[in-house]
Amino acid sequence: MESSDLQRRYIDFTSTLFREGFLDSQYTQLQQLQDESNPEFVTEVVTLFFQDSEKLQDDLTRTLDQEVVDFKKVAAHVHQLKGSSASIGAQRVKNVCMAFRICCEEMNREGCLGCLQQARQEYFLVKSKLETVFRLEQQIVAGGGSIPTMW
Amino acid sequence: MSSSRGGNGRGGGEGERQIHVLAVDDSSVDRAMIARILRSAKYRVTTVDSGKKALELLGLEPDVNMIITDYWMPEMTGYELLKRVKESSELREIPVVIMSSENVPNRINRCLAEGAEDFLLKPVRPSDVSRLCSRIR
Repeated sequence: MESSDLQRRYIDFTSTLFREGFLDSQYTQLQQLQDESNPEFVTEVVTLFFQDSEKLQDDLTRTLDQEVVDFKKVAAHVHQLKGSSASIGAQRVKNVCMAFRICCEEMNREGCLGCLQQARQEYFLVKSKLETVFRLEQQIVAGGGSIPTMW
Repeated sequence: MSSSRGGNGRGGGEGERQIHVLAVDDSSVDRAMIARILRSAKYRVTTVDSGKKALELLGLEPDVNMIITDYWMPEMTGYELLKRVKESSELREIPVVIMSSENVPNRINRCLAEGAEDFLLKPVRPSDVSRLCSRIR
């Protein structure tokens, strides 16, 4: 039965995301806040995270590209990125931000550039994985099935 | 400071009046989170993205029963907002809760000394909110 096949794929895929540290328990908090009266809550918040993060990465690129780098500004952007990634449970992005913070404090431009690249990689990884999760959910629902709860 | 709000069609809340929380956070992600958490606990929520906007709203329509604000915001921090609220004769009775992603004891103490009701570490969870809302009636 295709529906249960999709459900199994969904369970495997999301379990792996947690196991590999892409997502942490905060993501589960998000899922638990979704219900019949707020059926799109997770995708709404995650979409805000995508928009926010991409803007912050652009801001970071621009700020680090200046002749004289304003490390306070860099740190402020990193703080925001760390905050929003923590809020949705994007653990790997959050962890890169913690290292990024240290490079800001040390006023280490090269270090910051390296962290930015890592943050970007982790961001795009988690983004594509979350998009897969949402796609699987849509397919399950379209097939008349229900999305397995992972807690 | 409490205005009677008969006939609020949205229901929810315990008893005749729904508690109105003003949530202040410059992060769109965190605004969405705190609003959802508060609404799922049946509170009426207004969100703004800055201390400045919070003060504007409080000046216009002070039927706010609680303020929950992020600490670290550009232009006006949550601490500065707290001070402004506590310095105002109209607003000082409104409990103010500070949220922060950083566990900095000095910061926490300073906020509590300035009159903050509580200090929550982010990411905020439903259990944090139900704990504090039960004290604010």
